[in-house]
Amino acid sequence: MAVPLVRIFSKSCRQICRPWGACQAGWRSRSTHPATETSTDQGVVSFPPLQTFSEEESMMREAVKKYAQERIAPFVSKMDENSAMDQEVLTSLFEQGLMGIEIDPEYNGTGSTFFSSILVIEELAKVDPSVAVLCDIQNTLINTLFSNLGTAAQKEHYLSRLSTDMIGSFCLSEAESGSDAFSLKTRAEKHKDYYIINGSKMWISNAEHAGVFLVMANVDPYAGYKGITCFIVDRDTEGLEIGKKENKLGLRSSSTCPLNFDNVKVPEKNILGQIGHGYKYAIGMLNEGRIGIAAQMLGLAQGCFDNTIPYTRQRKQFGQRIFDFQGMQHQIAHVATQIEAGRLLTYNAARLKEAGRPFIKEACMAKYFTAEVASLTTSKCIEWMGGVGFTKDYPIEKYYRDCKIGTIYEGTTNIQLSTMAKFIDKEYDH
Amino acid sequence: MSGRVLVGVKRVIDYAVKIRVKPDNSCVVTDGVKHSMNPFCEIAVEEAVKMKEKKLIKEVVVVSCGPQQAMETIRTALAMGADRGIHVEVTGKDYENLGPLQVSKIMAALAKKEDALLVILGKQAIDDDCNQTGQMTAALLDWPQGTFASELSMEGDKIKVVREIDGGLETVKINTPAVITADLRLNTPRYATLPNIMKAKKKKIANVKPADLGVDITSRLEVLRVDEPPQREAGVKVETVDDLLARLKEAGRI
Repeated sequence: MAVPLVRIFSKSCRQICRPWGACQAGWRSRSTHPATETSTDQGVVSFPPLQTFSEEESMMREAVKKYAQERIAPFVSKMDENSAMDQEVLTSLFEQGLMGIEIDPEYNGTGSTFFSSILVIEELAKVDPSVAVLCDIQNTLINTLFSNLGTAAQKEHYLSRLSTDMIGSFCLSEAESGSDAFSLKTRAEKHKDYYIINGSKMWISNAEHAGVFLVMANVDPYAGYKGITCFIVDRDTEGLEIGKKENKLGLRSSSTCPLNFDNVKVPEKNILGQIGHGYKYAIGMLNEGRIGIAAQMLGLAQGCFDNTIPYTRQRKQFGQRIFDFQGMQHQIAHVATQIEAGRLLTYNAARLKEAGRPFIKEACMAKYFTAEVASLTTSKCIEWMGGVGFTKDYPIEKYYRDCKIGTIYEGTTNIQLSTMAKFIDKEYDH
Repeated sequence: MSGRVLVGVKRVIDYAVKIRVKPDNSCVVTDGVKHSMNPFCEIAVEEAVKMKEKKLIKEVVVVSCGPQQAMETIRTALAMGADRGIHVEVTGKDYENLGPLQVSKIMAALAKKEDALLVILGKQAIDDDCNQTGQMTAALLDWPQGTFASELSMEGDKIKVVREIDGGLETVKINTPAVITADLRLNTPRYATLPNIMKAKKKKIANVKPADLGVDITSRLEVLRVDEPPQREAGVKVETVDDLLARLKEAGRI
């Protein structure tokens, strides 16, 4: 990511610069947001394990697990084959309240928390990572942007639609600007009380079904990235052209389309947040979205693993279950450990974010690590399944194809690593 | 009539779990095992909620007997659309020995206390398969019963129940108040949507003890031993019918 970004976060980074010993004792007093401690009636402080959920979170997880198994699983293979999301799946996602998890009930949302979204995304990804990413983008990017930055009128107009029947798309990347996001070329020219947008976007997820697009365009190229502004563009706006969806290796049922803006007229009131602050919003939201993607990769790995182990316990060769061969056991245990580590990174990053504490480095770590774990897990699972793992009759090969995008989108692995390094560097400034 | 329906729900070991017997053959392993609402109880809750949505009844009260964990089951029912819950606290040895007779006494007491129009239960629980609680409850209350219901319709102050019986379907019309037990094809239970799970947090669950209802829950039964079913043995192929008869006689089957 561009150097200026680190300056925004350096203030929060200065808290994380103590040697380990002092860190333990000093952490709570140094942090502007003290850690919440749960205490029993006797006043004894307890620190529950990361896999501790509130009753609400547990119920949500169970409900989504059941729903995904019964109402998404039957469609997965067909959707992947046809590279199309089934309408029935889209409708039921809204019906179940999965598209407006953090949206206030005032706007027909579920009114739950960020961690609940993470659990939902993980459960969905166990069954179909494409459905999970649709849900992730909606909840962690679109809904959050509207909720945090929308004016009363914008919230009124869009939030209730987003929680009931409208999908949103986040448009940042272009053909010539991926990791170098801020060199985007889409231009928004001001005229009186409206803007004319010209340019094109690439790799836009959900575009096939989206009803609203959050478009990052530059109102003042001479100001560099400080001219980037977020515009709300409705699907039926004249001049907005949604291109043919990409024919992808994986995540096939999630639509990924190029967009073209040909003199698209957008009223001034459709600016989300402030002019020239678009870059800040993009970074901020992508930091959260990162945890969502980590949850997706985590669910993908776990789902793949859960589909493979029963086979290894059943399949016999040389008179014993293949699970019982030490070579297999060691590989399986290694992969299980990686998944668990990825889980803890993800849950911790989510809890940090919820607690209002600095979480960006941890979020980068979670996304980077879980994407790698997903790659390892799916690759190993195909091997463990042997020949059948290589066929489309079993779901394993789909997980293998789906996981690759994890190291690429919402910040490539290299970008994550560079971002982490910048934080680490700052930590040692005294 | 109050227009109130009482629905009993039981927390049982999840249907997908592989059951294991404890090494001392005293009971099945329940620690750390996944539990959920009995599937027939889910169908019962769904029917009650449907009736409320059709405005045939006014309130759905869901009841569960058991330890603290029974609250989870009640919450799930609340998330499906029930209005409030009653948790009848039964713990430890009492809970292990809790059977249809005790539960039906509790349901009968609550039905009177809540002035219920209907008591809807699942036809049986998937752990003990007793298929007795509904029938006993009706007997204790001296109310008519419509068991194994695959279809329900209110007709004035009577209920028409289509029952699944061995020979096919039987239709009966019974007076209210009545006890109904739900069979598999009565309906398809809904999923608790996330917004409903959130709403369920605000719904009330009252806590009572069997003694408060004047119910004695001592059991008249004692479980002596629990065994797993015998392991499935390999089959045997025979060449002729005579052979088959000889083998069957040998095995003492004929």
